Amino acid sequence: MQDVNWVALTIFVLLFGFITWLGFAAANWRKGDLDQLHEWGLGGRRFGTIVTWFLVGGDLYTAYTFIAVPALAFGAGAIAFFAVPYTIVIYPILFLVFPRLWNVCHKHGYITAGDFVRGRFGNRWLALAVAITGIVATMPYIALQLVGIQVVVGALGTSGTGIAADLPLIIAFVILAAFTYSSGLRAPASIAIVKDILIYITAFAAVIFIPIELGGFGKIFAAVPAAKVLLAVPGPNTTGAYGAYATLALGSAFALFLYPHSLTGILSASSGHAIRRNAAMLPGYSLMLGLLALVGFFAIAAGVANLPEYAAGFQQFGNNFAVPALFLHSFPSWFIGIAFAAIGIGALVPAAIMSIAASNLYTRNIHREFVNKNPTDKQEAQMAKWVSLIVKLGALVFIIFIPTKFAIYLQLLGGIWIIQTLPAVMLGVYTRWFNDWALLVGWAVGIIAGTTMAAAVNLTPTYPLALGGFTFPGYTALYTVILNLLVVVVLTPVFNAMKRRTPIDETVSADYHA
Amino acid sequence: MNGTQRKWSGWSWWYLLFAIQFVLALWPPFYNKAEPYWMGIPFFYWVQLLLVIVAAVLTAIVYFATDD
Repeated sequence: MQDVNWVALTIFVLLFGFITWLGFAAANWRKGDLDQLHEWGLGGRRFGTIVTWFLVGGDLYTAYTFIAVPALAFGAGAIAFFAVPYTIVIYPILFLVFPRLWNVCHKHGYITAGDFVRGRFGNRWLALAVAITGIVATMPYIALQLVGIQVVVGALGTSGTGIAADLPLIIAFVILAAFTYSSGLRAPASIAIVKDILIYITAFAAVIFIPIELGGFGKIFAAVPAAKVLLAVPGPNTTGAYGAYATLALGSAFALFLYPHSLTGILSASSGHAIRRNAAMLPGYSLMLGLLALVGFFAIAAGVANLPEYAAGFQQFGNNFAVPALFLHSFPSWFIGIAFAAIGIGALVPAAIMSIAASNLYTRNIHREFVNKNPTDKQEAQMAKWVSLIVKLGALVFIIFIPTKFAIYLQLLGGIWIIQTLPAVMLGVYTRWFNDWALLVGWAVGIIAGTTMAAAVNLTPTYPLALGGFTFPGYTALYTVILNLLVVVVLTPVFNAMKRRTPIDETVSADYHA
Repeated sequence: MNGTQRKWSGWSWWYLLFAIQFVLALWPPFYNKAEPYWMGIPFFYWVQLLLVIVAAVLTAIVYFATDD
């Protein structure tokens, strides 16, 4: 690996120091009683439109996204741009579903998707399934955020052997764990503002100055192999790359808002109104993500993969090293410090929210439901704080001891698993028609089918579905959630006819409105 | 107050603008071509980025139309 870049490293450390202070100071921001779970875990539901914009943006557009999307463009070309239609379709979903969910959660004091499902369908086992799915899908996601930190720290030239090699990551983890424990959701909310400003500066610098250095977009795209510039046109009897592109975009969009950290970010808004306004304002981030995907092509045009000084980085981190290598190649040292700090801090924000979301789920839908049914507010908040530490420690251990590719595989499976909660959570916001046990069976069928299909294609995202001589390669998560829904629709009348006592729906239709 | 609640919860024809976004964004044959270029960027890329802006405008229209 190249030598330590002292200027960049110093700026990186200073910015990290600043957000560490900010994370702890955030405990006093819009002060609330942090011994209550909704104060610690949802910031007291007090964030207005602007803070929600930063928080949800910082939450959904993670550091890993900023590394992995350009890396996919760098390696696989046009298919990586599915991230753009994906960000286009998420906002109508946010607009239509989540203000309703916010209202009902606010009215009944729900903090997690599991709480909502428990109240709506009256089945604690269904709520347990939702909670476990959320926790399991979130863990590898946190681990991947740490990979983002690992890549930029590696690119700064710090290296060592044994425990020293992982020391920067461990320090970042301790900072993250400490301010999350003490400040709860207020910490990532305040840091998100700094993070997003840094990310915007970096993104605009990258898409304006690097193309100038490289001689313009015409030259950049001329350097990209022709097969990577566009999607392959499908052959006869298959939807080919077109089907894969569209289903990846749509399936990922549905999965996104089912992740616990998305819901935590959304529920911390001060009103359903703030969420609707954000659905119209958040596309600012979409544009940035699309521009950043192009950075993968800049890396091809700059030829960083063939430069000897970056060979060790590519060997260690694969294509994920493309963006850091390009920045090292193109930017002055001081700006490298800012850009890498943006990515590193960009990892801490979602990692903090994810760990808070996972611990809310454990505390509410597992511990309170099955272990201690009547905790005091203080016990409940304390439990969540401890669980957030355990979740992060698990992610750290995972990244240090297990090869990164397994975190990527698990993250892929996580997307397939989390989407199986769609009928109960997203459709549950609109209808109580489904039978609770039918939802549970549909969930299990979706999980099993999705895992089997993903294993059959060697843990790649798309499955070549064959129907009557046609092949439809598409995102496994989308296919299996359709199967899940079919099962639920078929079983609901069957289970209802068996005259099981229908559990009480504790929500009424007025709860879903402002 | 009741009138606003109705608009919040019920169906609005303005939501059809969302359908336009979905169809345009999820129909690759529409944008999978290199020509015409814009500033050296193939159609595939610039038109999808443009679509982000169009979608944001449509969403904003729905927001203002269904809100008071």
